[in-house]
Amino acid sequence: MSNPVFERIKTDISDNDVVLYMKGTPVFPQCGFSAAVVQVLSHIGVKFKGINVLEDPSLREGIKQFSNWPTIPQLYVKGEFVGGCDIVREMYESGELQETLKTKGVPVVAQ
Amino acid sequence: MRVKLARALAPERLDIEDDSHRHAGHAGARPGGESHFRLTIVSQAFAGKSRVERQRMVYALLEDEFKAGLHALQLQTLAPGEGR
Repeated sequence: MSNPVFERIKTDISDNDVVLYMKGTPVFPQCGFSAAVVQVLSHIGVKFKGINVLEDPSLREGIKQFSNWPTIPQLYVKGEFVGGCDIVREMYESGELQETLKTKGVPVVAQ
Repeated sequence: MRVKLARALAPERLDIEDDSHRHAGHAGARPGGESHFRLTIVSQAFAGKSRVERQRMVYALLEDEFKAGLHALQLQTLAPGEGR
């Protein structure tokens, strides 16, 4: 299990409270689903690290295996997989996402 | 896809909509379509399971389709009595 890509993912999700594996960058998303998650996170006012999987094919495949999840975007909070676009959107609409961030002690700037 | 999902999940409701045309020209789209779908599934099999578990069940059932070029699913996975 000492896959170098997995090691890199583990480091990223433990060094950053909120990590979004996405296509493109937060400023210039290159996929509608990634853009939707960026929009939710920005709206909530939570700081996150966006990682562009399009820059690295091994990461693009690796994150799918690591999470056991076949699609991008993927959101991690405090090292834990939260879900993809549909789940993030549903959790945002129900208030669960904000609640989860709060429970996990991630600072959120109210808009 | 419909047959696989219906067989495994015995859904009360299974809506499958091909959304591929809306993603035409984008990296995951294929000339033949059938790359992007929107699914609504209501099944007893989802009861008591988290959102992530539910979607993983669907993804696992469609593993072959993902290998064959399926690119994105918009999923609404509900247990009976839940939902909007």
